[in-house]
Amino acid sequence: MTDLTWLIPALPLAGFLILVVAGKRLGEPLAGWLATLMVAGSFAASVIVWLGLRGSDGGPHHVFTQTLFTWLPAGGFSVDVGFLVDPLSMTMCLFVTGTAALIHLYSVGYMHGDPRFSKFFVYLNLFVFSMLMLVLGDNLLLTFLGWEGVGTCSYLLISFWHEKEANASAGKKAFVTNRIGDWGFMVAMFLSFAALGSIKYTDLNAGAGGLATATATGIAVLLFVGAVGKSAQLPLMVWLPDAMAGPTPVSALIHAATMVTAGVYLMTRINPVLSAASPWVATMIAVVGAVTALFAATIAVAQNDIKKVLAYSTVSQLGYMFLAVGSGAYVAAIFHMITHAFFKALLFLGSGSVIHGMHDEQDMRRMGGLRKLMPVTAITFIVGWLAIAGVPPFAGFWSKDEILLSAWNKGGVGYVLWAIGLITAVLTAYYMSRQVFLTFFGEPRWKKVGVREGGEGEQSAEAVETEQGGGPDEPVLEHADAEHGEEVHPHESPWTMTVPLVLLAIASIFAGVVNLPFTGRVQTLQNWLEPVVGAGEVHVDVATGVKIGLAVLATIGSLIGIAAGVQLYLRRRFEDRPADPEILERGWYYDQAITDFAGGPGREGFDGVAWTDAHVVDGAVNGVGWLVRVAGGGLRRLQTGYVRSYALGIALGAIILVAAITIRSSVL
Amino acid sequence: MEAAVFAVCAVIVLSGALGVVLSRNPVHSALSLVGTLFGVAVLFIVQDANFLAAVQVIVYAGAIVVLFLFVIMLLGVDRTDDIETEPLVAQRPLAILAGIALGGGLIAVLVGSTITGVRGSGATLKADTPDVEQIGRLLFTSYLFPFEITSVLLVIAVVGAVLLARARPGDQIDEEEPVAELRAEPAPLDEEEEVDA
Amino acid sequence: MIVAADTVAVDWYLALGALLFTVGAVGLLIRRNPLVMFMCVELMLNAVNLTFVSLARELGDVGGQVVVFFVLVVAAAEVVVGLGIIVSILRRRPGATADDMSLLRG
Repeated sequence: MTDLTWLIPALPLAGFLILVVAGKRLGEPLAGWLATLMVAGSFAASVIVWLGLRGSDGGPHHVFTQTLFTWLPAGGFSVDVGFLVDPLSMTMCLFVTGTAALIHLYSVGYMHGDPRFSKFFVYLNLFVFSMLMLVLGDNLLLTFLGWEGVGTCSYLLISFWHEKEANASAGKKAFVTNRIGDWGFMVAMFLSFAALGSIKYTDLNAGAGGLATATATGIAVLLFVGAVGKSAQLPLMVWLPDAMAGPTPVSALIHAATMVTAGVYLMTRINPVLSAASPWVATMIAVVGAVTALFAATIAVAQNDIKKVLAYSTVSQLGYMFLAVGSGAYVAAIFHMITHAFFKALLFLGSGSVIHGMHDEQDMRRMGGLRKLMPVTAITFIVGWLAIAGVPPFAGFWSKDEILLSAWNKGGVGYVLWAIGLITAVLTAYYMSRQVFLTFFGEPRWKKVGVREGGEGEQSAEAVETEQGGGPDEPVLEHADAEHGEEVHPHESPWTMTVPLVLLAIASIFAGVVNLPFTGRVQTLQNWLEPVVGAGEVHVDVATGVKIGLAVLATIGSLIGIAAGVQLYLRRRFEDRPADPEILERGWYYDQAITDFAGGPGREGFDGVAWTDAHVVDGAVNGVGWLVRVAGGGLRRLQTGYVRSYALGIALGAIILVAAITIRSSVL
Repeated sequence: MEAAVFAVCAVIVLSGALGVVLSRNPVHSALSLVGTLFGVAVLFIVQDANFLAAVQVIVYAGAIVVLFLFVIMLLGVDRTDDIETEPLVAQRPLAILAGIALGGGLIAVLVGSTITGVRGSGATLKADTPDVEQIGRLLFTSYLFPFEITSVLLVIAVVGAVLLARARPGDQIDEEEPVAELRAEPAPLDEEEEVDA
Repeated sequence: MIVAADTVAVDWYLALGALLFTVGAVGLLIRRNPLVMFMCVELMLNAVNLTFVSLARELGDVGGQVVVFFVLVVAAAEVVVGLGIIVSILRRRPGATADDMSLLRG
């Protein structure tokens, strides 16, 4: 059954190719159904392969490799296209294909009426293919292929409505920021090949123990640089909020559930190398994760665009996952990745449903009271809210709790990180509550806006200014024209959009079952992932009483956050704008700082480099040419054209010869 | 006896050479050359190279110098040359320096080095046999190939000379070509003049 | 040193040849008239011939004289062609000297 592994990426690839050729002809909605079918087939194949792996196919260690063909035979360096089927990759495949299938279904409804309907699914299928190659590849280069592929599709999909320059810029920003991380990935590949002669995971992980600490540290740090870029951690997180310019299904699939988790996957995959590296690497990863989590959470508190809140929330949750990786709790990281995929995708799709129902309105200050008008969306959104806030028994509680526990277990700086994580959890609960209350409860503020067609009404427009652009404050609007002056009639979305919402909601409720922390048998995920991460996993060594205490503390924190949200946003009126300090709204001016740096000292640096290139490098090259020319010009004077001076030269040569002979013979 | 002949001939040869170099009139140079050639021919005879002496006189003095004189007369360069001017910078001093150095060096090499006694051709020069026979024998055995090639060379030379000296139509002074100095009374050349090569 | 016997030492002949060669070389460098320059070349060839004959007698080798023979033949051919060239040049430019043909200056 595991022989069917190749089907998993092949089906989306087939979908991509068919749609490239015949997409326009198939048109709406057939192109969408075809794409969804392909991804659903991929999910089915994943299930079959997973069942085979659980059975006897993989042997006791549950590892199975399938090599398709040799991709790059280059003398001493040979790369095969091969798939590494083991518990980790199958877990990733399952939830990637599952959420992708649901989001494809959702997109059929969401992208209804878009002139480039089929092209959207072309990119989506290509993305799923790339992601699966990333996850299933058995060597670093194949993963890198998928890594770059998802980056490209991310760029293509973010700037899907590229008529608006802001969207195109957001796509470019994502691509360029990712590239910085990719540099780290590539150098790590080179290092791995130089140290071990191979870039296959099996070789890398088996040989990790034998690596010099410096080499292992180098590889681990460089791969982490790549992960920082792809998973939007500090300092490369700037692209993710801007990426909200893409259509909502894109945000759900790529920037919540799958692509951004690639960094966490990579770190988990190479956990033996991480263990072989210097201890400060793991601490650094944990610190970066925790600080990013807190940083993003503080910004999310003051955002007014419904998607921006979720974007910063994603950055924050990814920080949690890296905190877990740094604390040696790979299982917790993967667990949180799975649960986060479910509830974040749910939240994004729900927000998309809201946006769709509100006729492309994205500013939460103009929403309110929608729960009666969009009941399914509201209920599923609330489920997602409770999950992310960490309220038991929803899925988010279990996974987040495990991460906090592992941070506590790390000791030393781990206690500080645990405190940061706890504060972030409180903030998470608070801003998510704020979002829910602003959107679904309270007074319907969209009726107040009134007529905005024609010229801008000065007063109302001033209060709720919509600027184009990519900063954290400005709502990056999806569609080309979002200023509908007409009256808004919010309505529930079609079944293609609500069915995925319901399914994801169910998953968000019950996904915690996968790894309940009680007894050994119930910890299914931990047992399942044991062969992959067992060696690197740091086992929690905390008394049960402390565990329960920490869990209770986390729950109390969540409830405090929710209560704060209730107090500020449910009971009060909107005009008070109780807690939106400008500095948070502007994202601690981080984006602004980058722009200023690039424009100011950065520019000076670039100009300096350009000057050096033009004068020093080119100067050297041109200098050689100048030298040759001058020398040639000097030597040219020997060619007088007069035969007699040439004859003189010959005579002088003859004299030299004679002199040489004389000297030689007299010496002899 | 030989010493006296050598001394006289040496004087003739060198004075002839100096005459060639230093004469203003090219005809005088040609005549000095004849003197040098005769001196060398006598020196050949003294060294028992009778055949070569005869060939030297016949070919060199008799044909080549005559040819020179023909050309001198034909082209009208018998007027005195402008020997004083030297357009090239430092040519004269450098030439004299080179001459001294070259001469000194050659004499040093030739006189100073020891003669190894190794023969080139392996054919002994017998004093009693006439050298014509000896040369002939060698020419038609060891040196047959060069001999034949030389005849080909002579044919080529003849053909080349005829082609070069052919009168072409429209042969006249080219206006744009820079000439050192245009003579006051130029010698216009007619097309019908034949040149005996 | 001149020997009292009937022969002159070969060194004298060689020295004479060297001097003759030098005079010819200097003449070639100094004179501008192409014909006179050609005559200086002939001087140099004669010097070489003298050297060959002297060494032929010294070594008892006929090959030296054969070489002189060939030099004579080639010199004759060379003079023919050279004078043909000079004639064709001087026909166009009657007063030309060696310095006037400097079209190949760099």
